[in-house]
Amino acid sequence: MSILIIAEHDNKSLKSATLNTVTAATQIGADVHVLVAGFECQTVVEQASQVAGVTKVLVADNAVYEHQLAENVSKLIVEIASSYEHILAPATTTGKNTLPRVAALLNVAQLSDVIKVESADTFVRPIYAGNAIATVKTTDAVKVLTVRATGFDAAASTGGSAERQVLSQVIASDRSRFVKEQLAESDRPELTAANVIISGGRGMGNGDNFKLLEGVADKLGAAIGASRAAVDAGYVPNDLQVGQTGKTVAPDLYIAVGISGAIQHLAGMKDSKVIVAINKDEDAPIFQVADYGLVADLFDAVPELEKSL
Amino acid sequence: MKILVSVKRVIDYNVKVRVKSDQTAVDLTNVKMSMNPFCEIAVEEAIRLKEKGVASEVVVVSVGSKSCQETLRTAMALGADRAIQVETEDGLDSLSVAKLIAKVAQDEAADLVIMGKQAIDSDNNQTGQMVAALLDYPQATFASEVVVENGEAQTSQEIKVTREIDGGLQTLAITLPAVVTTDLRLNEPRFASLPNIMKAKRKPLDVKAPADLGVEVGSNVSIVSVTPPPQRAGGIKVGSVAELVDKLKNEAKVVS
Repeated sequence: MSILIIAEHDNKSLKSATLNTVTAATQIGADVHVLVAGFECQTVVEQASQVAGVTKVLVADNAVYEHQLAENVSKLIVEIASSYEHILAPATTTGKNTLPRVAALLNVAQLSDVIKVESADTFVRPIYAGNAIATVKTTDAVKVLTVRATGFDAAASTGGSAERQVLSQVIASDRSRFVKEQLAESDRPELTAANVIISGGRGMGNGDNFKLLEGVADKLGAAIGASRAAVDAGYVPNDLQVGQTGKTVAPDLYIAVGISGAIQHLAGMKDSKVIVAINKDEDAPIFQVADYGLVADLFDAVPELEKSL
Repeated sequence: MKILVSVKRVIDYNVKVRVKSDQTAVDLTNVKMSMNPFCEIAVEEAIRLKEKGVASEVVVVSVGSKSCQETLRTAMALGADRAIQVETEDGLDSLSVAKLIAKVAQDEAADLVIMGKQAIDSDNNQTGQMVAALLDYPQATFASEVVVENGEAQTSQEIKVTREIDGGLQTLAITLPAVVTTDLRLNEPRFASLPNIMKAKRKPLDVKAPADLGVEVGSNVSIVSVTPPPQRAGGIKVGSVAELVDKLKNEAKVVS
């Protein structure tokens, strides 16, 4: 039986979380199909068919799927579900919005935020904000999973040559209507895709001081993140938040500046390969997880760091 | 408009989580339990809609053992009008819970169902979406703003909901009846006052069994093990920025 992956995209490009999900799928079995549901999303289809390990790309290109609303996309997935034993989506806000509807319509469970594949029916997922790790087994006929991108390496974005199949189903969403979107504009890499992240916490003092981090971020090609404390204090917008209630990241290098290290923040970044903490409080819990800790005033240390890179 | 709010009794968010030594579950004996924080936000939003005159009645529902009546009383102390407990074992799977809540929403003819986006124990983030799918209702998940124009809202009227999505915010217009799930920044929940806690004791609380609702509960998912997360070994302290940069370049090799 084949595995279906719901592509994460914005009608213009395939998002990298899809590649991590492909890796999870190839650990379950062969014959991985990707569904691209969107509008004028031909580039995404091109990109998806080149991903190594993908054998078929299903295309539903219609104005009704432009904003990938959960109501109709879930019904589209259910219409093709009988050919699949596994249905996977990245655990992004889009995947989390849509896939539980698919599971409910199929009368099966959804396993959320899978970080490891043990076998075709047994999966590992964090619970209690990552303070416990559950291994679960399902005997459902169709296994519906959201996949946490940081748990799996990205599949190669080239090397594949999947066949394409056009889906003709047009399912309208009558009672849910897209009004508007306000996306943060940035030249920096996306938080969940960045190799280097520099994050600020309450210690930054105010929003203007986040400019200090930009210099370092420019030199390292890093994304900028924040703790929940900094977001709640209104220093930066909430889409920068790293943590249990924000984004889960696992870059090669994570630099925490003025962040105390609350459990909720650690849950979002403790899988980073190398963690650096800069904090003037030497008892801050962040130092217990940091590979390199520097006890210093961030207002001295960060400009100096920028100069020495 | 009638609002149904679901609440879940979970381990208090300040409690340090410990895994049982037999690795079957998290240890909940003698641990402080509270209302799931996202559910508190859901209750608060419903009460604010009632205070604005948009909602006429707020009903709270919880699925679980008798102890979740405590959580229902808390919700009524905060301002909910009455409560329904669906008596089951604790820790029922999300789909079964969704079926029970969907049936209650139908029986109550709720125009709006407000639920927390996820519970902080199982971290599934799925029950609200499942309720919406089972009822074929539209949904607005991860809400940071709910706007109801023109006074009291009714079935077939649209409400506007702003959602927290990766990369920013999205606004949807959904037609009632509908399901909204709450994100953290939707509102700041109030505290219950002592007089209201006393008053809540006299508010009606109905107990129903899954059989009363005609719902069969059960799941094909079983827990193999629950273990503590791998511990990250603490690192070293460096004395200066220069030493830090040197370590990053030559030891960790993450900076070139």
